[in-house]
Amino acid sequence: MSTSQSTTTEHHPALVHQFDDMAQQREASTFGMWVFLLTEIMMFGAMFAAYLIYRIMYYPAFVAGSTSISVAWGFTNTLVLLGSSFTMAMAVWSAQKGIRKQQMVWLVLTMILGSVFLGVKAKEYYDKYDECHIPGHFIGKGFNAWGGCEVNNPKLGNIAEEIQARARNAQAKGYKDVVVPSDVAAEQTARQAEIFFSFYFALTGLHAFHMCIGLGLLTWLLIRAAHGQFGPQYYTPMELGGLYWHFVDIVWIFLFPLLYLISRHSGAH
Amino acid sequence: MQPNVPLFPEQASSVAAHVDNFYLFLVLITTFFSLLIALLILFFIIKYRKTPERQAVQIHGSTLLEIVWTVIPLGISMVMFVWGAVLYYHLQRPPAGAMEIYAVGKQWMWKFQHPGGQREINALHVPTGRPIRVTLISQDVIHDLFVPAFRVKMDVLPNRYTYVWFTPTQVGTYHLFCSQYCGTNHSGMVGEVTVMKPQDYAEWLASGKAEGSLASQGEKLFQEFGCITCHRPDSGARGPNLQGLYGRPVRLTDNRVVIADDNYIRESILQPNAKIVNGFQPIMPTFQGVISEEGLIQITEYLKHLGEQESQPLNNRTTPTQLRDTEVPSIQQELEKQPGNKPAQQPGKKP
Amino acid sequence: MSTAVITRKPVMPEKHYLNDNYGIRSWLLTKDHKRIAVLYLVSISFFFLIGGFYASMIRLQLLTPTAELFQPDTYNKLFTMHGVNMVFFFLIPSIPATIGNFLIPLMVGAKDLAFPKINLLSWYLYMAGGCFSLAALFSGGVDTGWTFYTPLSSGFVHTPVVILVFGVLLAGFSSIFTGLNFIVTVHRMRAPGLTWGRLPLFVWSNYAAALIMILGTPVVAITLSLMILERGFHIGIFDPKLGGDPVLFQHMFWFYSHPAVYIMILPGMGVISELVPCFSRKRVFGYTFVAFSSIAIAVFGFVVWAHHMFVAGISLYSALVFSLLSFAVAIPSAVKIFNWTATMYKGSVSLETPMLYALAFMGLFTIGGLTGLFLASLGLDVHIHDTYFVVAHFHYVMVGGMVTAYMGGLHFWWPKITGRMYPEGAAKLSALIVFIGFNLTFFPQFILGYLGMPRRYAAYPPEFQVFNVLSSAGASILAVGFILPAIYFLWSLKYGEVAGDNPWKATGLEWTTTSPPPTHNFHETPVVTTGPYHYGVDEEVPVVH
Repeated sequence: MSTSQSTTTEHHPALVHQFDDMAQQREASTFGMWVFLLTEIMMFGAMFAAYLIYRIMYYPAFVAGSTSISVAWGFTNTLVLLGSSFTMAMAVWSAQKGIRKQQMVWLVLTMILGSVFLGVKAKEYYDKYDECHIPGHFIGKGFNAWGGCEVNNPKLGNIAEEIQARARNAQAKGYKDVVVPSDVAAEQTARQAEIFFSFYFALTGLHAFHMCIGLGLLTWLLIRAAHGQFGPQYYTPMELGGLYWHFVDIVWIFLFPLLYLISRHSGAH
Repeated sequence: MQPNVPLFPEQASSVAAHVDNFYLFLVLITTFFSLLIALLILFFIIKYRKTPERQAVQIHGSTLLEIVWTVIPLGISMVMFVWGAVLYYHLQRPPAGAMEIYAVGKQWMWKFQHPGGQREINALHVPTGRPIRVTLISQDVIHDLFVPAFRVKMDVLPNRYTYVWFTPTQVGTYHLFCSQYCGTNHSGMVGEVTVMKPQDYAEWLASGKAEGSLASQGEKLFQEFGCITCHRPDSGARGPNLQGLYGRPVRLTDNRVVIADDNYIRESILQPNAKIVNGFQPIMPTFQGVISEEGLIQITEYLKHLGEQESQPLNNRTTPTQLRDTEVPSIQQELEKQPGNKPAQQPGKKP
Repeated sequence: MSTAVITRKPVMPEKHYLNDNYGIRSWLLTKDHKRIAVLYLVSISFFFLIGGFYASMIRLQLLTPTAELFQPDTYNKLFTMHGVNMVFFFLIPSIPATIGNFLIPLMVGAKDLAFPKINLLSWYLYMAGGCFSLAALFSGGVDTGWTFYTPLSSGFVHTPVVILVFGVLLAGFSSIFTGLNFIVTVHRMRAPGLTWGRLPLFVWSNYAAALIMILGTPVVAITLSLMILERGFHIGIFDPKLGGDPVLFQHMFWFYSHPAVYIMILPGMGVISELVPCFSRKRVFGYTFVAFSSIAIAVFGFVVWAHHMFVAGISLYSALVFSLLSFAVAIPSAVKIFNWTATMYKGSVSLETPMLYALAFMGLFTIGGLTGLFLASLGLDVHIHDTYFVVAHFHYVMVGGMVTAYMGGLHFWWPKITGRMYPEGAAKLSALIVFIGFNLTFFPQFILGYLGMPRRYAAYPPEFQVFNVLSSAGASILAVGFILPAIYFLWSLKYGEVAGDNPWKATGLEWTTTSPPPTHNFHETPVVTTGPYHYGVDEEVPVVH
């Protein structure tokens, strides 16, 4: 159906009709991907902004909530994702070179690392479930006495204890004006951690959703790579898949400190 | 126009005339520019209508004209901005010594409480000639108290107090609306404001059935809930002494200074550990879901009176809640430096 | 194709995008932006009809002060569904997804939008969203108001909010994809010689609207998602009882929904910028200023959201800042109005239907815009906020502005879209009816608002009845004005005069190809050698090959 008038380059099979040549197609697609990523930034940005506002409002609760999630697993996942970004970059590179086998190997490696990330995430989610830290009413052992958690949610205790331990620690370090909250007070604060966990699940959930889409994309790329469709002339899909994957990685690079790290310093202030 | 089809609501408050003047100014500007554009268009389509003899004259534009019609509207709109901002500033700042009335909104009714303890539902009686500050809170969703004749309106939020104030000037009965959509019977959440001469108002107050003033009801709650066991004026008390607290700056454990206003007191009852007073332990249990919004208002009113009745010298530092009077000026300076901090609100007086 | 064929009686081109292929598949799986535009045209007309039906029920109810027709509950659902339908399923996609979709590739001399498949996907998302909104209707209707304010929407109403919001989210993604397509197409697919300074103003304003679509829409998507999570699981983000802040929802909601009004009006302004020069036979006055004012509106539009919240308990200082910025955003709109008026100066003005609509736009938008200043003025907004004054104001901008522009654009490009002319006499009549009906409907609402009648009231005090009756009477006239075009447009598909390539002798690349255009728009890639609005050389089109 194509009635392209282009005479500058030979007609590549991947050239779609609305573009004059491969260069225009590649530029337009790449530009489109960047514009799309801008949209994604606004999407995550909105939630980051809301998170930060509540972090200011309920700082002690956010500190305690943040401490209750596992920095070790979070760090592992950071390494896994960084590794997957590397393998993804290699996949793009080998697509540019047109080496079919290598593309497939790197893509599969990326997918494995992506799956490892999701697996670790699932483990972290399960831990939260076990600790009754799922916010809301309806899911299993929620904050508000559903399923296995009782009305006064004894498992909130570990957040409350954390709040107290933190205050004691600060006192020990010489912050004389720090007061160790009573049990009843610490639990009141701990209840506010529900908002922290709401954001924790919303943010990491949205991120994990993007990872799943990414895995779908990689599968599609893998099939195309297996058919040997990419080479020096045409590797745009691989490049765009890479852009997307790196973006999702970068989102994690923001999420990890925001959720796991910045509240974790010692001292109670 | 027939007399029963008015174009303006009645002017029944001190600001109404000012708002109307501003409105008329804007109407004038709007009319002028709308007519200008309409007449120019009319003139052009007649004068420059398509004829076979004449060709259009091609003009690319004129930077001078562009500047002119950017700068002039900008100038006019800045006049509007300043005028509107001055009015708003006035509407946001209740004068000191305003009479206090409390309103609780719920789906779908208004509940008013006068300081003397008189309660009204979907009706509000106020005297002429006195500034009146209405403290607003919602029990459920967001509502909005709107009295067109007073030209005032304020959202009623579920989580914190907001305020609206007015000085009624004209005796009469006026509409009171909820103007923030609040669910099924939103259009039924209406009432009447009755403005009375001060002596009529005093009579009305006297005739009202009240179970004691708000403050005395608050005192009752204060004892019922056992607040008094910790919040005592002696030095061994576990909670801060609340006498003379209202409207004063309070230093917290983290060295911040906040004003003990209605929202602070409400928060301290519902989330006692959000702001801990310097020198005290966070041991108070929460009263969330235990005390009603009306009850909170009564306790707040009681605390206001606690200050007035005793009027003990503040430099007698019985508890760390209170700061020495000599400290107050420097703290107020500190407060002014902090953005977003309202200056101390004066405690209201009894009518 | 530098042809001047106007002297002969025009004939339909032999092969064009409409007869290129037949059958339902060729439409539902099409990747041709023109066909997708037609799909959009049909579907948004459908939703406009539904939204209009809700509106007429609202006006019927308000004929009497005592809620005689519907229970308040039903009335609340009517205005909510009216708002959601009109905002998300008519106004936001209206011009960009129909006229814009059709014209932008033609105007920039491209064979299609950059991503035709995504374009088709956006239509499917829109339709899916629309189906969800209908599903919400059939499962009882939603009564939150189109603004979905928390905690009412998240905790208090018992209607299918989730279904409706899901529909809105889908429509939102459809809008993101349309915006993305426009931006990439304008950046990367302009014909040789078509520099930014030569772009038609319609492209500029759609570009500005597309910027808002891609930057604003994701925020409302997140906001509404959080609201739904709150509603479904009580996670506490917007629930004051659990420590959440319901006012934060308003901030996040208006961060999108205020710029969204510029998504609605900017493309309309673009249409006017095409119509006025064409029917004045003149270059547009101050091209650069009109073009950049679109961008200025898009940029300023993002920093004025809290002017919806002056009585929502925000601090005095933020109110001052947002008021000031709101005045600033009015200036670029004023600049446009003045430039259009100046364009007519010493022109050669003829009053065909599109021009009638353009003139109506200029008048009504002036009133709509200026009454916006009333609302931006802090002290006055306290009184008129959430009253019928606001209702009148945004209907002057949305119906008086946007819909008028849309009608004008539809008449102007109808011959390009279908190859046939609409009947001029009937069209002029209906334009007049729309103008009269519109003013009668909405002008009394300004007075009602200042009198203090709040929005969203199913019943009202009897002294407001006179103006409500006037308004309802106007609405019935307005309805006639919108039904007439539907009839004669359909009629013209078969019986309309064959239009020829360029019935208006207008400039712009879209007029250099056949009407209707061939599937790939141009038989040869056009090359642009002159600036836009090259009027005054009536016999020639500004494109030479």
